[in-house]
Amino acid sequence: MNFFQVMEQKGWYFFTTLMGGWPETLAVAVCSFVFAMVIGLVIALMRLSRWRIPRWFAISYIEFFRGTPALVQLFVIYFGFPDIGFQPSPFQAAIVGLGLNGAAYMAEIYRAGIESIHRGQMEAALSLGMTPARAMQHIILPQAMRTMLPPITNFAIVLLKDTSIVFAVGVVEIMALARNLVTETLQSAAVYLIAGALYLCVTIPMARLAARLERQRQAWQ
Amino acid sequence: MGQMDPLLRIVDLHKRFGELEVLAGVSLDVKRGEKVSIIGPSGSGKTTLLRCINYLEKPTGGHIYIDGTLIGEKQVGGKFVHLSDRELAKERREIGFVFQRFNLFPHLTALGNVTIAPIKVLGLSREEAEARGRQMLEKVGLGHKVNEYPERLSGGQQQRVAIARVLAMQPKLMLFDEATSALDPELIGEVLRVMRQLADEGRTMVIVTHEIQFSGEVSDRVVFMDHGKIVEQGPPKSVLFNPQQPRTREFLKHLQER
Repeated sequence: MNFFQVMEQKGWYFFTTLMGGWPETLAVAVCSFVFAMVIGLVIALMRLSRWRIPRWFAISYIEFFRGTPALVQLFVIYFGFPDIGFQPSPFQAAIVGLGLNGAAYMAEIYRAGIESIHRGQMEAALSLGMTPARAMQHIILPQAMRTMLPPITNFAIVLLKDTSIVFAVGVVEIMALARNLVTETLQSAAVYLIAGALYLCVTIPMARLAARLERQRQAWQ
Repeated sequence: MGQMDPLLRIVDLHKRFGELEVLAGVSLDVKRGEKVSIIGPSGSGKTTLLRCINYLEKPTGGHIYIDGTLIGEKQVGGKFVHLSDRELAKERREIGFVFQRFNLFPHLTALGNVTIAPIKVLGLSREEAEARGRQMLEKVGLGHKVNEYPERLSGGQQQRVAIARVLAMQPKLMLFDEATSALDPELIGEVLRVMRQLADEGRTMVIVTHEIQFSGEVSDRVVFMDHGKIVEQGPPKSVLFNPQQPRTREFLKHLQER
């Protein structure tokens, strides 16, 4: 059977089987995205702190998580944590691993966004009696959000694709199902191409959205 | 504190940016209801002095009191220590600051700009804050622009919104940092009119300005600063028209020649 005959005869079966991985892929992506958004903001605020210790912690955090492969981080969490007395489920390990990793990237996006806001905005907020935290919440972050939306969308795309490594710790998402299918049918080309197409179905619209947000931002400026 | 005590008291204020001494010991009292203009060449330290009053800059020496309350620091066991963010924020409510570049919040409408601090800082309800906000915007002649975003307003209108934003906090003291310097000439008048109106209401104002004529008209006292020090001060008539110090004379002459 050549590739085209495989696609014709088994394509639909591969497609429907792999579709079964979507819920898990999406669950990992969404949960780790939220995790990265929250932890990333904390890291960014520490990075911009006027105190040295939080600043240093944040810098080390960012360097460490950006400088080591996500797969290594994932393995440390899944296979290493039991040694210190905690056995995460595959799903937990995936979310914590991708979340902590993503937080380093999100922190830099937040930092760039916050730093893009003119100093006078913070000063005006302070002069009206807001605390720095209040000013950040009501004045700086809402404005920074506009600048940050395109890079955040891009980050979400990268994160969605990166969920394909979590099969390595036993999460049954699209990639895990694809590997099972290949073992079962030995049709690597067809199976992995269909898996790739499934990701594209979501990443292309997201990229479109990012581009649109980018254009909108330019219209405001 | 009695009614006769100064509302603002600045005692031997110093500010240093690294090697550069921007304020070299400034002392100044401003009475309740008094209008004081600060003039001087750029780099004389007048803006820094104003920014120190509400602690946007931390002084490196000296003290500031408003209504007898120490600003930005407190005395603990005979020593002066800086206030926490929260304590400092509370003191700043009393001090209105109008910036040269307006610094309106671009993501909020005119009304949003004027109401955010009363809501978030003073804890007013939205209705109360909006009623007060509309009143303040009307006062500065912008009752018809409440729902406009700053980018749709002219510079003069933006600065008037900024003044309304300060008024909505009902501060004891208003500071103006070259409030008209960033404006096109034809827009300066509308802002000065509002400032004059506030002066006539008997508010306490400290005005850093290049508008010598305006300072002569509205202020009770003109302070001339140079090289981080007060060189000369007194009623506008004497400082502006009959200055005693050579440096003051030189500065005013220089301005006339422009």
